[in-house]
Amino acid sequence: MADPASPMLQTEGIRKNFGALEVARDVSISLPRGCRHALIGPNGAGKTTLINLITGQLTADAGRILLDGEDITGRSAAERVTKGLARTFQINTLFPDLTPIEAVTLAVCEREGTAGRFWRDLSAHGETVDESFDILKRLGLADVATRATRTLAYGQQRLLEIALALATRPKVLLLDEPAAGVPKTESAALFGVIEALPEDISVLFIEHDMSIVFRFAASIIVLVGGGVLVQADPETIRTDQRVRDVYLGQANHG
Amino acid sequence: MAATDAAKTIDPHAWLAARSRWSVFEIAFWLATLLPFFLFPTYLTLASQVAIAALFALSVDLILGYAGIVTLGHAMFFGIGAYTAGILSARFGWNDPVSGLLIAGAFAGAIGFIASYLIVRVQHLALIMVTLGLGFLTYELANAMGWLTGGADGLRGVRTGEIFGFFRFDLWGYVGYSYALTVLFLAFLFSRRLVNSSFGLALRGVRENVRRMPAIGSEYRWHLRVIYTISAAMAGLAGAVLTQTTNTVGLNTLSFERSADVVVMLILGGTGRLYGAIVGAIIFMVARDQLAGINPQYWYFWIGLLLMVVVLFMPNGILGFLTRLAGRRD
Repeated sequence: MADPASPMLQTEGIRKNFGALEVARDVSISLPRGCRHALIGPNGAGKTTLINLITGQLTADAGRILLDGEDITGRSAAERVTKGLARTFQINTLFPDLTPIEAVTLAVCEREGTAGRFWRDLSAHGETVDESFDILKRLGLADVATRATRTLAYGQQRLLEIALALATRPKVLLLDEPAAGVPKTESAALFGVIEALPEDISVLFIEHDMSIVFRFAASIIVLVGGGVLVQADPETIRTDQRVRDVYLGQANHG
Repeated sequence: MAATDAAKTIDPHAWLAARSRWSVFEIAFWLATLLPFFLFPTYLTLASQVAIAALFALSVDLILGYAGIVTLGHAMFFGIGAYTAGILSARFGWNDPVSGLLIAGAFAGAIGFIASYLIVRVQHLALIMVTLGLGFLTYELANAMGWLTGGADGLRGVRTGEIFGFFRFDLWGYVGYSYALTVLFLAFLFSRRLVNSSFGLALRGVRENVRRMPAIGSEYRWHLRVIYTISAAMAGLAGAVLTQTTNTVGLNTLSFERSADVVVMLILGGTGRLYGAIVGAIIFMVARDQLAGINPQYWYFWIGLLLMVVVLFMPNGILGFLTRLAGRRD
């Protein structure tokens, strides 16, 4: 388990069917420690479904999921988070009426197991609040920390998605289109934040903009029709004929 | 550069501490609850009824206003508390009010804990139907168990001893109102601390976005079970105070009407702000008293009208409307 060469996250033969539709077809992927991997594929390839399966929002029909060598296949979504597997959502899944400092503090309390303490005023959780505020500072959200989430700019809400995931102190972070809906001019800045994440976190991100994928990913996994088509470094992917074929009819995503 | 400057001026500790600090309005409000002793000594019985209703509404606010659990059957716990206190006295001769109150609250809480396993499994319409169904079941159970509850005739022979062996419940309701107000105030202090804790934050998280909770590592169903149990115990306390201040218990303590009335009080006052429950109870109970004096048959007509006006024009209840008028951020 402690072997630094062993993968941080591994899936073995994950399968999932929605009725007759095969949404995950024998998916085996592996994320090394501190990796920056991209997951790409045409619409409907099953990218978000795969993240839902790995994080436990969906239950796989077959296959195993290993986090840092430990089998987490039978664990609930919340337990997987506690063990160090965090995610963000393609569509903002935030707490509209809470302020960022409250939301992140809640996530830290859940990690520390102190969220159930109904007899202690929140302001007595001093260190927890400090840690939460540090996370917000790191993501440039400090000056909006005390505003209701629903009043934040869209780009700030995308950053808060990441802040909530970071508050769980993940070993593995799965980012489902972190820049979805963010103007192209700003998405590079957002990925700058992702690049600056602590080196020991393994990161897998879904992204449609290929220039960003090629710039930030050390390795790219291509998913087509629920199965892994190929995994390779950006140079190889760029010249891979099969990948070109898949994207040929979908030039808009290129 | 501008951003870092702004960041320096925000102190999250001070901001959080300010949220739970007592405001001058709150202190004034609680001082005002003592006014009935001096201004309306002939209405102390009504004042007790208001305090009991407020305590009941407070218990519902904890689950409905904070955790988003909609219920139409909470009279179940009110009635269980009321009957527990009554049966202790009428069947076992246990007349000490304070211990009787605590036993009633604990028993209602225990039933609430059992029911919570069912409650956290359902949502939306199904949740409302489950709470409604549990309420009906409890009502008919109490109706059928006449040997214990007195059935439709109500429980006879309830006596309530002196509080701490000293304060005797008097005919005019001085002790009764003091007792009800004290229990309400203590329950309020407890609730206030609870909603300002990390647990209160977790409940608001469930209400705001239940899908996100597992993704931040929260076993939120456990939180819901805890708050449902606490709420049931508090509703039980309210019922027990009613029994002890009136020395009667009837099936009406378990009725659907009581379950519905308490939700109406909460909506009138405003959910998710504790004081909304109390203000709603005051408006509802005083309006009922006054309107029933004018025309006892049609008083729900006015409540219906008031309810629609509030829901249509004051989405945060009367208290939410007032705080917005006063320009205070809430």
